[in-house]
Amino acid sequence: MAEIYAYIPHSSGVADDTALEFPVAAGKIEPGASVTAIVTGSGADLDKVAESLTSAYKEVIKIDNEALAYPNAEIIRKVLCNIVPKGAIFLAANDTFGMDLAPGLSIKLDAAFAADVVDFEGIDGGSTLKLVRQELGGAVSTHVTCDISSGAVITIRPGVFAPAEEAEKAAGGSVTDKSGEAGDLSVKRRFLEIVEAEAGDVDITKSDVLVSVGRGIEGEENIEIAEELAEAMNAVVSCSRPIVDAKWLEKSRQVGTSGQTVKPKVYMAMGISGSFQHLGGLKGNPFIVAVNKNPKAPIFQVADVGIVEDILEFMPELTEKIKEL
Amino acid sequence: MEILVCVKRVPDTAENEFELNSEGNDLDRDDLVYSVNEWDNYAVEEAIQIVDRVGGSVTVATVGDEESEEILRREMAMGANNGVLLSDDAFEGSDGKGVAAILKSEIDSGNYDLIMTGAQADEGAAQVGGMLAAMLDVPYASLVNKIEVVDDKKLKVGREIEGGNQEMSEIELPCVLSIQTGINEPRYVGIRGIRKVAKLEIPVKGASDLGLDEGSVGNAGAKVKRVDYFVPDLGEGAEMLEGSTDEIIEQLIEKLKAKGGL
Ligand SMILES: Cc1cc2nc3c(=O)[nH]c(=O)nc-3n(C[C@H](O)[C@H](O)[C@H](O)COP(=O)(O)OP(=O)(O)OC[C@H]3O[C@@H](n4cnc5c(N)ncnc54)[C@H](O)[C@@H]3O)c2cc1C
Ligand SMILES: Nc1ncnc2c1ncn2[C@@H]1O[C@H](COP(=O)(O)O)[C@@H](O)[C@H]1O
Repeated sequence: MAEIYAYIPHSSGVADDTALEFPVAAGKIEPGASVTAIVTGSGADLDKVAESLTSAYKEVIKIDNEALAYPNAEIIRKVLCNIVPKGAIFLAANDTFGMDLAPGLSIKLDAAFAADVVDFEGIDGGSTLKLVRQELGGAVSTHVTCDISSGAVITIRPGVFAPAEEAEKAAGGSVTDKSGEAGDLSVKRRFLEIVEAEAGDVDITKSDVLVSVGRGIEGEENIEIAEELAEAMNAVVSCSRPIVDAKWLEKSRQVGTSGQTVKPKVYMAMGISGSFQHLGGLKGNPFIVAVNKNPKAPIFQVADVGIVEDILEFMPELTEKIKEL
Repeated sequence: MEILVCVKRVPDTAENEFELNSEGNDLDRDDLVYSVNEWDNYAVEEAIQIVDRVGGSVTVATVGDEESEEILRREMAMGANNGVLLSDDAFEGSDGKGVAAILKSEIDSGNYDLIMTGAQADEGAAQVGGMLAAMLDVPYASLVNKIEVVDDKKLKVGREIEGGNQEMSEIELPCVLSIQTGINEPRYVGIRGIRKVAKLEIPVKGASDLGLDEGSVGNAGAKVKRVDYFVPDLGEGAEMLEGSTDEIIEQLIEKLKAKGGL
């Protein structure tokens, strides 16, 4: 049986949603495999999280230290090197913390590394783990083999291993305190503070209908076209990340994991390819209309309605027709 | 400050419709448009701006085939001072760890204060920077969207975390940073800029120049291997509206009315 460990992120005493996803992922790595949860932190918050995890995990390892009060991946990597046994499979989420932690950890543990895994197809011959990833912003998927004979560090895409329904959560597990095994916690990167994102002129999270533009809008001067459509629809303009990077719209308009989480009724994805980081900000199962000139754009896999057109021509025509109603 | 930036030549996701080849084991690469990985342009721009402020030099390095030389030249046209192409048949099939090991041996031959990578490249792995830092045994910060040089021993950096919030830290040099888009506005490179650097010498180094054991890199050393490409069958997908633009709009308006969009 593969020995599997998962690092559970948490804040203010509450475990991250991914906490319930690791056991599902582990079951796909090897049916029946059990996972040991590892939580690091400090004080009452940590105790609360560790306790809450015992309903989903048989074994929970907690490491309590003031230096771990803020999850600095540089420190946590050092701790994990002392806690995760050689040869084990270690899981983390492919989020901004997992990206910071995991690749370096694989080197330190001398284990294989597989990033942003979206599915597992089991272990072959004892040491070849078969898994599925995506490349090119989700345009293609790939089967990948991972030699786990000296262990593996794997990050999983948040959300894809979500338990089907309210999972049976009666693992009746227990918490083991391994704070004494954390080892030397000195590092060369020190956390200073969090600077919160600035609020913008409009709050896209308040609108039921969003006209969202991506790189397909091609130029700053074309943003107007989307604004006209939004006005006709009584909607608000939001966007994907490259539009903010180019400074064509404010950061507060960005939908996605590093932007806003929105729950509109209708989402008009105009010239957006549909990367998981973008879709990660789209919740509440909205009606998605995708317009894209590439019939193979990944967004068409998740949209309700797809239209293969040039948005620069399509949007003005749609605006006109809506105004005539 | 001596800075090395890792750059990669990748298929451009905005310019291509990806098709599989007839065997289904690779992309049909014949007509693919390639460019510099988007994230790497931000890294090179940041490096150039740092050197403009505090002095030093910028070197761009890539692991790739001979065609990868063109992206080194492009980044040199932006203002990078040196380029180096790490190329050898033995490098083919390297996994992330292999690529990091090759880059590490080049980095070891220099005297760099700061190593930068893009946050992620075409495979969406976001792995090379963190691996390099661990191999070099220096501190790492990923998804960096702000850099302030404090003195010649440390930087103040911002990491982009969920929700667009920023995590500020102090990090000692030498270190490795992976750069997130939006940190700056990469300068435009025109044909004239490229022409100016067309004649500059770009050294090519292989496994033996780098003192690398061939079995440790490339397909031979890879623990993680891509078996094939496929296009997933994700259930039904979207209902595609067809017909003339007028007909499509008519259908769309009906649907939008039904779903509360109008
Ligand atoms: C840690 C991290 C966090 C991230 N967070 C976010 C986030 O919060 N939000 C986010 O959006 N991204 C985020 N990204 C970036 C993400 O990975 C993608 O790069 C980004 O979402 C792509 O945006 P896009 O779809 O607009 O552009 P592209 O992927 O370039 O797609 C443009 C699309 O437009 C189509 N198109 C082009 N011209 C036209 C036209 N005239 N008419 C119709 N269609 C056209 C193309 O076919 C293509 O499908 C993040 C990345 C990282 C690494
Ligand atoms: N073949 C390569 N040559 C040079 N740098 C690379 C190569 N592959 C990846 N990198 C660097 O690592 C970053 C992240 O890529 P990846 O880990 O492949 O997602 C890229 O933005 C580059 O800076």
